[in-house]
Amino acid sequence: MRFPPAQSLLAILSISGSALPAAPVDFVREVQPILAEHCTHCHGQDEATRKGGLRLDVREDALKGGKSDGPALVPGQPDTSALISRVLTHDSDEVMPPPKEKKPVSAAQVETLKRWITEGANYAKHWAFVPPVQAPVESGRDPVDALVQSHLAKLGVSPSPSAPAAILARRLYLDLTGLPPSPAEVTAFEAAAGQDRPSAVKALVAKLLATPQYGEKWARHWLDAARYSDSNGYEKDLPREQWAWRDWVIRAFNADMPYDRFLTEQLAGDLLPQPTQDQLVATGLLRNSMVNEEGAIVPEQFRMDEMFDRMDCLGKATLGISLQCAQCHSHKFDPISHEEYFGIFAYFNNAYEAQSWVYTPEEQKQVAQVKSTVRGVEEKLKRSRPEWQKEIAAWETGIKVGKPAWNPLKATELGSTSGLNHPTQEVDLSILTQGHPTTKGDIYAIFEPALKGATGLQLEALCHGDLPFNGPGRSKYGTWAISEMVVTTQAPGSEQWTPVKLTRATADFSEPDGRMEEDWKADFDKEQKRVRGPVSYLIDGNDDTGWRADRGPGLRNQEGVAVVQFEKPLDLPPGTKLKVLLKFYHSGSDNGRHNTQLGRCRVSLTEATNPEAPPVDHAATLAIATPVDQRTAAQQEAVFTAWRKTVKEAAPMNDQIAAAWKKLPPASTSILHLAERRGDSQRPTHLLDRGSWDRPKQLIPPHIPAALQLTRGTAAPTTSNDRLTFARWLTDPQAPLTARVAVNRVWQALFGSGLVETSEDFGMRAPVPEHQELLDWLAVDFMNHGWSHKHLISTILSSATYQQDSRVTAEARERDPNNRLLARGPRFRMEAEVLRDSALTMAGLLHQEVGGPSIFPPVPQSVLDYNYVRPTYWLPPDGPERYRRALYLFRKRSMPDPVMSSFDAPNGDLACARRPRSNTPLSSLTALNETIFVEAAQAMAQRVLREGGDNDATRAEYAIRLCTSRAIQPAERNQILSLAQTTRERLIKGELKAGQIAFSAFTKPELLPPNATPTDIAVWTVVSRVLLNLDETMTKS
Amino acid sequence: MFATNYLKRRWFLRDCGLGLAGIAANSLLAREVSAAMSSSSSGSLPTPHFSGKAKRVIYMFQAGAPSHLELFDPKPELTKRDGKLPPPELLNGYRAAFIKPNSALLGAKYKFAKHGASGMDISELLPHTASIADDLCMIRSMQTDAVNHAPAQILMNTGSQQFGRPSFGSWTLYGLGSECEDLPGYVVLTSAKGTSGGASNYGCGFLPTSYGGVPFRSAGDPVLYLSNPRGIDAPAQRASLDTLNELNRLALGDAGDPEISARIDAYEMAYRLQTSAPELMDLSQEPKHILEMYGIKDVKEASYARNCLLARRLIERGVRFVQLFHEAWDQHGNLTKAIKENCQNTDQASAALVKDLKQRGLLDDTLVVWGGEFGRTPMVQGGNDGRDHHNRCFTMWVAGGGFKKGHIHGETDELGFNVVKDAVHVHDLNATLLHQLGFDHEKLTYRFQGRDFRLTDVHGHVVKGVLA
Repeated sequence: MRFPPAQSLLAILSISGSALPAAPVDFVREVQPILAEHCTHCHGQDEATRKGGLRLDVREDALKGGKSDGPALVPGQPDTSALISRVLTHDSDEVMPPPKEKKPVSAAQVETLKRWITEGANYAKHWAFVPPVQAPVESGRDPVDALVQSHLAKLGVSPSPSAPAAILARRLYLDLTGLPPSPAEVTAFEAAAGQDRPSAVKALVAKLLATPQYGEKWARHWLDAARYSDSNGYEKDLPREQWAWRDWVIRAFNADMPYDRFLTEQLAGDLLPQPTQDQLVATGLLRNSMVNEEGAIVPEQFRMDEMFDRMDCLGKATLGISLQCAQCHSHKFDPISHEEYFGIFAYFNNAYEAQSWVYTPEEQKQVAQVKSTVRGVEEKLKRSRPEWQKEIAAWETGIKVGKPAWNPLKATELGSTSGLNHPTQEVDLSILTQGHPTTKGDIYAIFEPALKGATGLQLEALCHGDLPFNGPGRSKYGTWAISEMVVTTQAPGSEQWTPVKLTRATADFSEPDGRMEEDWKADFDKEQKRVRGPVSYLIDGNDDTGWRADRGPGLRNQEGVAVVQFEKPLDLPPGTKLKVLLKFYHSGSDNGRHNTQLGRCRVSLTEATNPEAPPVDHAATLAIATPVDQRTAAQQEAVFTAWRKTVKEAAPMNDQIAAAWKKLPPASTSILHLAERRGDSQRPTHLLDRGSWDRPKQLIPPHIPAALQLTRGTAAPTTSNDRLTFARWLTDPQAPLTARVAVNRVWQALFGSGLVETSEDFGMRAPVPEHQELLDWLAVDFMNHGWSHKHLISTILSSATYQQDSRVTAEARERDPNNRLLARGPRFRMEAEVLRDSALTMAGLLHQEVGGPSIFPPVPQSVLDYNYVRPTYWLPPDGPERYRRALYLFRKRSMPDPVMSSFDAPNGDLACARRPRSNTPLSSLTALNETIFVEAAQAMAQRVLREGGDNDATRAEYAIRLCTSRAIQPAERNQILSLAQTTRERLIKGELKAGQIAFSAFTKPELLPPNATPTDIAVWTVVSRVLLNLDETMTKS
Repeated sequence: MFATNYLKRRWFLRDCGLGLAGIAANSLLAREVSAAMSSSSSGSLPTPHFSGKAKRVIYMFQAGAPSHLELFDPKPELTKRDGKLPPPELLNGYRAAFIKPNSALLGAKYKFAKHGASGMDISELLPHTASIADDLCMIRSMQTDAVNHAPAQILMNTGSQQFGRPSFGSWTLYGLGSECEDLPGYVVLTSAKGTSGGASNYGCGFLPTSYGGVPFRSAGDPVLYLSNPRGIDAPAQRASLDTLNELNRLALGDAGDPEISARIDAYEMAYRLQTSAPELMDLSQEPKHILEMYGIKDVKEASYARNCLLARRLIERGVRFVQLFHEAWDQHGNLTKAIKENCQNTDQASAALVKDLKQRGLLDDTLVVWGGEFGRTPMVQGGNDGRDHHNRCFTMWVAGGGFKKGHIHGETDELGFNVVKDAVHVHDLNATLLHQLGFDHEKLTYRFQGRDFRLTDVHGHVVKGVLA
C-alpha cells in the first residue's frame, strides 16, 4: 500500500470495471505525491540537508541536475533523464532512493514518471496553494449533487437513495444542534416531509440554525482546533478563566459572524480601531496555549513554547499547513522555509501576554456609569478653575524642583533565595518576575553601584503588560504586598553581608493598617498575625507586617513608589556589593493567584539630602517626565488626577470621585489575551537556530511566505505590519487555503471525515482529495456568501448527497470502506460531547443554559487524587447545572476528563483538527456505568413511564423512538420485552432491589411518574441503560 | 490498548495483500485500516524490522529524579571536596534549575560497596538492588535536555519536550500489538503523588486512542467505571449485555456497518474486563513467600511494592507494556532522610520483580527499566541537605531483554557532574530499547501532519555497548 488512498481507490475501481481513458499525466495528483514521498526529503527546498546539489521540487533545478549526474529531467526523453536511470539502476550504491530509506519506487510509479517526462515533464503548483475557482455546474441542479454525481458517474457508481424521513430528522438535529430530536419533533418532520420534503428540510434547517444550541454545537469544533482548556497545563496545571472566549465563540456562531471577521477578531481584535471588549476577548484564541508555572523555570523558554504552539494552532486551524515542520529547519515538503516560519512568527511575537477583566453587558453599563460620573466631576472641577492648565504646569515645576536625582541600578545578579523565581532585568533597568507563582518567598537583586554618599534608596512598583491586569503585582488582581525590604552590603573580597540600617520610609501612597483579607488567608498564619498597611512596615524588621498600596477597584493597577533613607550616607569602596531583598510573606497559601509578588520593580539610589517620596501618585511623577505635548491620554489623566488631589478647594469633588470609583462593579471574569508591544517595548524576532529558544540568529521581519503571497496586493492594506496585517492576508478572498480549510472542517463535522481527510494538512504530502472540485466550489461559494457558516451548512444539508441513506451493502462497502466517494450518507459514532448531551436529552435531564463558567463533572476520587497539585476546587454541582452540556465541562489538561477522553475528545494540550474515533472496552464501561450515564438511564426510565403509554410494548416503542428516532422492529420489541420481563421477575422475587437500581441521590421525587411503581422504574432503568448503549443511539446515521 | 484477534488481524494485513476493503469486514479492523490508510507512511500497521530479544516492557519510572550520587555513582572525590566550590571550567554554559551553579559541592550522604561477581558499586540504601547487581546493566552516563520536571518527564517518556507526542508504551503497542484479549495492552500503575508530566506521560499523542496507557487504580474501581451501577448484579449485567448485543446484531444486519460488530466486541471485552481486572488486582492468592519477597504486608494497601507484583501479573497475562510511576524523588532538601525513605519504599520490590521474572523465565524477553527524568547536582541546594536538577548526567538501569548483565556502561567525571565516557542520551536509550523490541527506531514511524513522526524525533543511536 504505497499509494495514497485516493489513488488506491481509483486503482481498485479501475480494475473492477470502468477503464479510464488514457489522459495526460496529472502532475499534482500523480507525480507530485511520488516526488514528495520518495525524493524531496533529500532533494527539496531545505538547503541544509539537500543531497548532491540536486533539487527536484523546482523544474528549472531538476532540468539542470545535481553535481554528479546530468539533468535529472530531459523533457520528452525519459531514458536520458537521470531521475529515471537512478531509480531503475540495480547498482545498490547508485539506486534512488537509497535502499536504507526502505522507500523503493514501484514499477507503476516509474511508468507514471516516464509518461510524465515523455509528455514534457511539466510542473504545476500544488493545488491547495492556488486560489480556488468554481467548476461550472449545470444550471438548475444542486451544485453539491452535480459535482458529486458527475464524479460518481465517471466511476460507474450510483448514489444511495434518500434516508427515511425519521432518520434524516435525527441527522439534522444532531448536526445542527448536537442534540437528538424528541419523538414529537420527529413525527412533525415526518408529516411535513410527506407533503414536501425539500421545503420541510429547508424549514427545519432554518429553525435549528436559529436556536442557541446551534452555536454550542459548532463552537465545539472550533474549540478543538483552538486547544481550548480551563487549566494552564504542565506540572502545576492551575485553573484559568478563559470561558469568556469560549462564550464569544458560541455567540459568534449563533450570530453567524462572517468567518473572515471571526478570524480577524481572534488574531488581531485588539488592533482594530477602538476595539470593543468582545474584540479583545476574541484574541483569547492566541492565549489558549499551555502556561508553565513550575518552580525555577526560565519564563522566556516557555513563552517560546507558547509561540511555537500558537504557530502550530494557526497552521492546523486556519492554514491547513504543518507549520510546525519549519520550526527547526526549512519544511521538507511544503514551500515554507525556516526564515519564512519566523516571518509568520514575527507577526505574533511582538506582544504581551496580557490579562484583562471581562464585564457582562450589565456590568459594562455600570462601569460606563462610574466613568461618566468621574468625568463629569472632573469637568466641573475644570470649569471651576479655568486656569487649571496653568496651575498644573506650576505644580509640575514644583515637583520637578523638589525631586531628588535618582540613579537606577543595573544588577549584577538577580534571583530568589529558594531559586523558584529567576527575575530578569529589562532595558529600562526594571526587574521583572514571572514564572512560578511563589506564595511565600523573596526576590533579590545585587548591584555594584558607586557608593559615594548614597543617602537613600527608591523602590518603584511598575506596571507591565505581561502582568495580570497590567500589574504591578502578580496577584489575581495585579496587586502586591511586600513584607519586608532588607538592604545589605558586602565589602570587596568579603563573604559577609552587612545590614544597612534603614531609617525613614515614605511612599506616594499606602493603605491604612489592616488585617489580610479572605483572599490572602494562609495556613502558615493560623493566628492571622499578618497585617498590611503603611510603608513603614517595609523596614520595621517584622515579616508579619507588610507595605501594601492597593487603591481599590479601577485604580489599583498603577505604579507606586517608596523611598527609604539610610541611617548614614553610604560611603564605601568601589566593588562593594549592595543587595536588596524583598520578602513576600503576605500571600494566601494556595499555589497560584494568591501570591503577592511584585511583578516589576526598579531600584535607584540618590545622594540628595533627606530624600522622600512626595505624596503624589507615582504614575503622575513618571508622566511629568514626558513633555506635555507628547503625553498619552493615560499620562494626562494621571497628572490631572494627582494634581486635583492637591487642590484644597476641590476636596468635596475629590471625595465624589473617590466615592464613584467605589461603585465600580467587580468583573464577572477575565480573559488571557495578547496585547501589542509598542514604542520602546517592541520585541524584534530572531530566527532561532534549530528552533531552540536560546539560540537566536538573524533578525527576521514579519512576512508572508513567498509561495503563499497573494497574486495582487492585499484587499485592505494596513498601515503597520502587525497581526492585523497577517489577519487581512489570511482572510483575503485570494488566500488559497483559508476558505478551503474552513469548508473542510464543516464537511468533516457532517460526514465524519473531511473532503481532505488530513484536515490539518493540505500540503504536498496530503492526498489530493477525491472531490477537490466540490471543495473548491464550496470554498468560493462560502466566500461569495459573506463567509457565512449558516449558508455553507444549509447548502450542504439541502443536497441529496447529504440526505442519502447511510445503509450500505457489503459490495459497496468493500468498494469504498471509508465513503470517500460519497455514494452514501454519513454514519459514525458521535463525538464525546454529543454522546453525553444526547443521553441527557433522551433522559429529559439536559439543562439548557448558554455560557458561563465551566462546571465540574463528578469524577472518581482516584482521578482527583492523582494530580501533582490536587484540584481542591473540584466541586460538582448538585443542582440542575450538573446536567449542562458537555461543552461546559471543566477541561483540566493534566487530568483529561475520563468520560470525554474515553470517547476521543482532545484535552487541549495542542490544536486538534480532527479527532480519532476509537471503540474500546473502556468507552463501553463508561457508557454503561459512569455516574451521569446511570442517572440518565434512571431518568429516561421515568420519562418512558410518563410518556410511553401504559404497557411495556408501547413503552418499548417509545423508548426506541427516543433513542433512534425511528419505529421499533418486531424483533427489537421481543428483545426488549424479554429483558423487561426477566428483570421484573427477578425484582419481584427480591433478587434485585428496585430502590437501588431506580434511584440515586439526584432523583427528583416530584418528577416521578405518578402511576409507576419502583419496580416499573427499575425495570425501565435496566432497559434504558441498554438502549442508551445501542450502537445506533451512539451513532449519527 | 486492547486487541481482540489482534494478531490474527495483523497477519491478515501483513500477509494477505488482497486489498484493504476485503479485510475491513472484520469489525475493529476497519478503524485500524482507516487509521493506517490515512496516517501511516506505509499504509499498514508496522511489523518488527527484525527479531527482537524482548517482547514486553516493564518501566519503573522514578519521577522527581533520584540522585545518582546517593544511589549509583560513587564519587569519593566529591566527598573529599565537600563544601568547596566546583571548578569554574565545569560551569561554562551550565544551567541548573534553582541554584546558582557556583554553589558548594556536597559529598554523597551514603556509602557504597561492591556487589556481585561483577563488583558493581551500589549504595547502602539499596541492599536489595545490590543483590541483583549481576542482572543489571547500569547506565551511568545518561543525559537529557531538560532541567524542569514536566518537560523532562515528557521528554523521557515521549521523546519530546513538547506535549502531544505518543509515549514509549504507545509506540511499543503500535509496533507490536497486544497479546492479551482480556486486559489492555498498556497498563499504568501509580504510587505516591501525581507526576509533573501528568497523563501525557502515558498518552497516545496523535496515535489512535486505543494505544494510550490505561491506569489501573489502587483505590476504587481498578479500571474506571468497571463496577456495575448500584443494584445491577452479574446475571442482570449478563442479561443486559445479551439484549444489547442482540439489538446491535439486528442493526448490523440492517446498516451493514462493521463498526457495529466492533462495538459488540468492545462490550464483550468490557464484560470480560469486569472479571479479569479484579482478578488481576486480587493478590490474596499469591503465596506468602512471594508477598514477602516483594515486601507486601497488606495485599490491599496501595504501594509501589504492590504495583511491582501487579506488573509481573500483568505481563504474565500477555500485557505488552506496564509502566509504574513513583513521583517521590525531588530532594531539593531533606535529602538524607527522604531518599532513604524512598529507597525503603521501592528497593526491595524493584529487585524482587527482577528476581521473580528471572525465576519464571520471563526476564530474558522482558525489558525492565528503572530511572527518572534527570539527575541531581553535585552542588548543594539550600543548607547542606539537598540537590538541584541536573541534566548533564544521571544513572538508569535496565535488566533483561538482551541487555548486558552485571555491566556498567559509561562513566562520569570525578564529581559526577559530566559524562566523560559513552554518553547515552534519552533518545539513544529509547532507540536501544526499541531495537531490543525488534524495531529500527528510524523506521517505526507514524504520519501525522504530513510528517513521519518517531519516538526518537530526528535523533538517537542504538547503544551497542549495552547489548549482550
